[in-house]
Amino acid sequence: MNVRLYIAQRLTAAVMVPLVAVHLAVIVYATRHGLSAADVLSRTRGSMAWGLFYGIFVVAAAIHAPIGIRTVLAEWSPLQGRGADLVATGVGLLLLALGLRAVAAVVLP
Amino acid sequence: MSNARSELRVSLWRGGEDGRYETYAVPLRENQTVLDVVTWVQRNLDSSLAYRFACRVGMCGSCAMTVNGRPRWTCRTHVSRVAEGGRLEIGPLENLPLIKDLAADMRPFFEKWQQARGAFAPSKTRHDPIEKIRADSPARRAADAAIECINCGVCYAACDTVRWDEDYLGPAALNRAWTLVNDVRDTANAERLEAVAANGGCHACHSHQSCQEHCPLALNPTASIAGLKRRTMLGFLRGEIEA
Repeated sequence: MNVRLYIAQRLTAAVMVPLVAVHLAVIVYATRHGLSAADVLSRTRGSMAWGLFYGIFVVAAAIHAPIGIRTVLAEWSPLQGRGADLVATGVGLLLLALGLRAVAAVVLP
Repeated sequence: MSNARSELRVSLWRGGEDGRYETYAVPLRENQTVLDVVTWVQRNLDSSLAYRFACRVGMCGSCAMTVNGRPRWTCRTHVSRVAEGGRLEIGPLENLPLIKDLAADMRPFFEKWQQARGAFAPSKTRHDPIEKIRADSPARRAADAAIECINCGVCYAACDTVRWDEDYLGPAALNRAWTLVNDVRDTANAERLEAVAANGGCHACHSHQSCQEHCPLALNPTASIAGLKRRTMLGFLRGEIEA
């Protein structure tokens, strides 16, 4: 961990705090009101707001998580330095791709 | 025949990394430090026992060992406080290479201290007047809170991050860097902040606070490291350091 990664991780954490709260509230709302998949999609399809909300969420998570994974790998696995960097970067790209694909699936009309 | 009330059963680490604990019977005294016990064994039972001490009064920082699983300064640790059922297990400090018996090799500890730019870089010569520092200024208060470190290595031995990350500078070196960051007379802060903001520097600390828990002088290196994290973050955002 160095100062660049530290700032990136703290910044993305700060961004995600309100996003996680809204995300949880939405889950509770959707289950409490018995919304079906079709109901959810009717609200999200074509919605710029939900696209931005989850788009930012995915980008922040894709930056935040690999920084922690890099540290875990470097401290607790035989992978060191470059190896940990590569695996963590791979995880970040995977999270980004899967996340953005999921956002596109529920937001694009 | 051993008498539980007049005798201690003391296990001491003997040999190198591949050594083992050997048990000795040591007379129990009313007032006795762990260092007294080790010294008694060396003087009365086995003169080849290797260990390190100098001042015996908690100032030099050379006698730290692992006592019943915890790193401690042995000269100020009374047997009555730490012996469990009349037993003591004394080993070398952890997270450091072993020289022999109870003597750990402190070189990595002090090399990291240097790496964190722990040496004072003066801005004046002996011919200049002494700089007046207000004792109540925030910077001096921050330095004072951390400055009593005797470099015993207890925090280094207690730190999980040191154990897991061989590049991590460790609590003592970073604590020292924090005192100098707050010393207005010092001129090496650009390099110092650069050094502690790099991989293995202050941001590697997980704030487990083992250093604070174990420090015999009740210092709080975690707080010093938190100060460095804030200071380097500001420095980075202001473009003062590149890291």
